[in-house]
Amino acid sequence: MPLENEMNWTDTLAELIRRTTSDLPADVEDALRVAADAEPANSQAALLLQALVANTCLARRQETPLCQDTGTLTFFWRVPRGTDTQALEQAASEATARATREGLLRRNTIETLSGGSVDSNVAEGCPVNHFEQADTESVEVWLMQKGGGSENMSAQFSLPDEELGAGRDLEGVRKCLLHAVWRAQGFGCAPGVLGVCIGSDRAEGFLVAKRQLLRPLGDAAPEPELAALERRVLEEANRLGIGPMGMGGKTTLLGVKIAARSRLPASYFVTVAYLCWACRRRGVRVTGGVAEWLG
Amino acid sequence: MKELRYPFSEEAVRALRAGEIVRIFGRVFTGRDRLHKHLAEGGACPVALRDGALYHCGPVVVPQGDGWRVVAAGPTTSAREEPYMAEVIARHGVRLIIGKGGMGAATQAACVRHGCVYLQAVGGAAALLAQRIRRVDGVHFLEAFGATEALWQLEVESFEAVVGIDTHGRNLFDEVKASSGKVLQQLLETGPGAGR
Repeated sequence: MPLENEMNWTDTLAELIRRTTSDLPADVEDALRVAADAEPANSQAALLLQALVANTCLARRQETPLCQDTGTLTFFWRVPRGTDTQALEQAASEATARATREGLLRRNTIETLSGGSVDSNVAEGCPVNHFEQADTESVEVWLMQKGGGSENMSAQFSLPDEELGAGRDLEGVRKCLLHAVWRAQGFGCAPGVLGVCIGSDRAEGFLVAKRQLLRPLGDAAPEPELAALERRVLEEANRLGIGPMGMGGKTTLLGVKIAARSRLPASYFVTVAYLCWACRRRGVRVTGGVAEWLG
Repeated sequence: MKELRYPFSEEAVRALRAGEIVRIFGRVFTGRDRLHKHLAEGGACPVALRDGALYHCGPVVVPQGDGWRVVAAGPTTSAREEPYMAEVIARHGVRLIIGKGGMGAATQAACVRHGCVYLQAVGGAAALLAQRIRRVDGVHFLEAFGATEALWQLEVESFEAVVGIDTHGRNLFDEVKASSGKVLQQLLETGPGAGR
């Protein structure tokens, strides 16, 4: 029997949505607590950060959305070769519609031409599914819920960029990233996380950048020069003083996650996926019908 | 901490200073992209916004009995309403704008001129803020705009926010943008200077 039929995937994905929409991963919640403690007691920044932590605890306890913008639902799948991915896509759509009915997701989908609301949140390409086949016996899926305010702050640069004085090297990349953080101010609900792709084409660049946001805050890029750039941009961005919600403070970013991909000789893109503090990412790995919750 | 109660008087609003924390009690209307465009283009408003509060928010609502319950209701990015906001303030006499991320020069000028303030709610703190909503008293444009973009009439209690733009010419967001811009320039000038 194919793996995808060993369990009710609609139930599993509905549970994944419930966990993702109503709770932050432990590393993000910890980072917010650390940031709150780093601000002067009773400062506006400390109060804002404490409110974010309190909000997270409340949403977890109530099992309600921690942010009203329940975001674009993107499922990143890693499945055994030969898996019926259409069945999994169908289950993702059913789980999305169910979670919407239950108030775990906002009616968050607009039919672009008519302007009408798609109340089920299910439409062509919505939710988003990305599949990767691998030599594995498990099906692993990660869900990211990324809100529109933060998505609006994502950006793509084509180097060289004369205005920024950014050339085709890691120093140029650093300038792009700092500029993107400055431009975002509090609009993307700082403190945020940057997912970055250097290279690739425009479309793939955004996908790779978004994928970096699945990495835990505490990890580092395997390439030493990228790991060093991640540390440097994080430290420098937090010197900008933009702070929580753009109202000033020491913590503007919680993390920087960079990957590099090959590129055409003519192109050198730096693609930035900006994620708000409400960094909703969770996964589940199913092996032999048994689910292991991740994140 | 100051308490503000609906209807919000011009005097109370003009007494507020940027950076102050306020607590709001009483009636608040939600409105976002669709409503602002509609109102700024001269569309009819089914409720009286005068001396009222307009909250940039698309809530998560679920049916409850004959009415509705708000499950999550944090602020949305206010900057998208910048092209419309000044006109809405002037035309409808709104006293409090609640949102996140701040607004621009036209809104600020309208605040000074007409006696309105911009309040920053905690972005993303949707569960916490939904707790401050006591009940839903009505909804307009539900069919036309959808639940997220609709105009919801809410009754709030002790809804906390920070004054971001006051009537005295201060805009905290502009101040942070300017000071962070100076740091950015320094950071862009440091390093090996590649690309120069």
